Amino acid sequence: MSFKTPSELKYIKSHEWIKIEGDTATIGISDYAQDSLGDVVYVELPDVGARFGAGDAFGAVESVKASSDLYVPAGGEVIEVNTAATEQTDLVNTDPYGNGWLIKIKLSGDQGELLDAAAYTAFVDSIKH
Amino acid sequence: MSTPLLRTTLYDDHVRLNARMVEFGGWEMPVQYTGIIDEHRAVRERAGIFDVSHMGEFWVTGPDSLAFLQYVTTADVSQLGIGQAGYALFCRPDGGVVDDLFIYHLDVDRYLLVVNASNIAKDWEWINQFVGKFSVTLTNESDATALIALQGPQAEAVLQRHIGQLAIDLPFHGVSNATFDGKSIIVARTGYTGEDGFEVFSSNDDASAIWQALIGSSATACGLGARDSLRFEPCLALYGHELSDTINPYEARLGWAVKLNKGEFVGSQALTDLKSNFSRRLVAFEVTGKGIARGDYPVQAITGERIGHVTTGMPSPTLGKPLGLALVERAYAVEGGEFDVIIREKPVRAVVVKYPFYQSRYKRP
Repeated sequence: MSFKTPSELKYIKSHEWIKIEGDTATIGISDYAQDSLGDVVYVELPDVGARFGAGDAFGAVESVKASSDLYVPAGGEVIEVNTAATEQTDLVNTDPYGNGWLIKIKLSGDQGELLDAAAYTAFVDSIKH
Repeated sequence: MSTPLLRTTLYDDHVRLNARMVEFGGWEMPVQYTGIIDEHRAVRERAGIFDVSHMGEFWVTGPDSLAFLQYVTTADVSQLGIGQAGYALFCRPDGGVVDDLFIYHLDVDRYLLVVNASNIAKDWEWINQFVGKFSVTLTNESDATALIALQGPQAEAVLQRHIGQLAIDLPFHGVSNATFDGKSIIVARTGYTGEDGFEVFSSNDDASAIWQALIGSSATACGLGARDSLRFEPCLALYGHELSDTINPYEARLGWAVKLNKGEFVGSQALTDLKSNFSRRLVAFEVTGKGIARGDYPVQAITGERIGHVTTGMPSPTLGKPLGLALVERAYAVEGGEFDVIIREKPVRAVVVKYPFYQSRYKRP
């Protein structure tokens, strides 16, 4: 099974993606992450205004079987939260790079190691069995 | 990578069905095929099948079989006629639970025990130490035995196509030798989902044909994910969560499985004392705050002191709410009472509700 990894996005090894546009960014979970988790039934997101450093936990997505903490690929202040995803949680499964996005942040400049699509795909291949 | 994972004889069937395989107790098992919620619903509404061949099968035979089982288990096995099966526990001398099991009485001096996969080695060692003076033969047939569970309101109709009238006649917790499309099996009206259903024991060689025949009769392949959510709603204990070496049967609400008046058995002295003097109790709760409780999350009183932990928690597919089981100090095991579950370091309010969440729908006379 192969997973979508849009080339315009960056990824981190905990399976979040980030789309940086100027000084703001949109964050969600990867296609591989949503597939591994199974049907998402609960999404916990922070309030607008919350601040995070790169790599901090900002919420969680949960399926019947598992809970997965969410980590921010880059630091910043939350400027928008996708309430559609918390109310209609299957958006995270059906459209993880589109309508299933999770938060938007104003970047603080603090940034962890970001992988491009090719590097992230190679990483996913290395952990799949 | 440490020791290679064990595979059941149905491994290739799971791969063919695109199952997601995961590690479970040393085994590589299907956690889901299409999705846990779909598979859960299939069993509540129709019929599902599970590969549970990883579970352990021990045979107890010989003239002292009954006396031996009376001594090593908590059940009153003398009440189990030929053709009947029953739930039992192996308890330690201090009352802790070594494992839970089903005992199937197949014939005179001939019993089949089914134990948890993760406890096969421990249980085998445990029961063998008590053989001593008993004239019994214990045989571990776990590796040679395949086990498929067929569960759900349509399980009887599905099985009837393959074993005939026996599917209708076999009573709740009945067990019998049978023929499935010409193959020798043992079939029992037992299961772990809270629905009517059967468990089919076969040789490894016949298992794949039986599995495929059941799929052909419209049973839905279900993984361990749905097995866990299905057993959770009717509050059926899972060893390692609701039961352990340090949890006694009264704490786990399994006092009904301990027959103190049958005579002395391993653990009977301690259990006699514990019956009126146990300090913790398993409770069913609903999370009323925001979040989902999971196994091992701490539970604290509203005033802040630690009172126990969650044993299993998940969003219930049938009831559509985040529910959980917790082992808490007995004073807090009161329906309607509130406590907090610590979810990602934050206290989240929960209320103790009626146990179990889901009323089992067995076929009873």
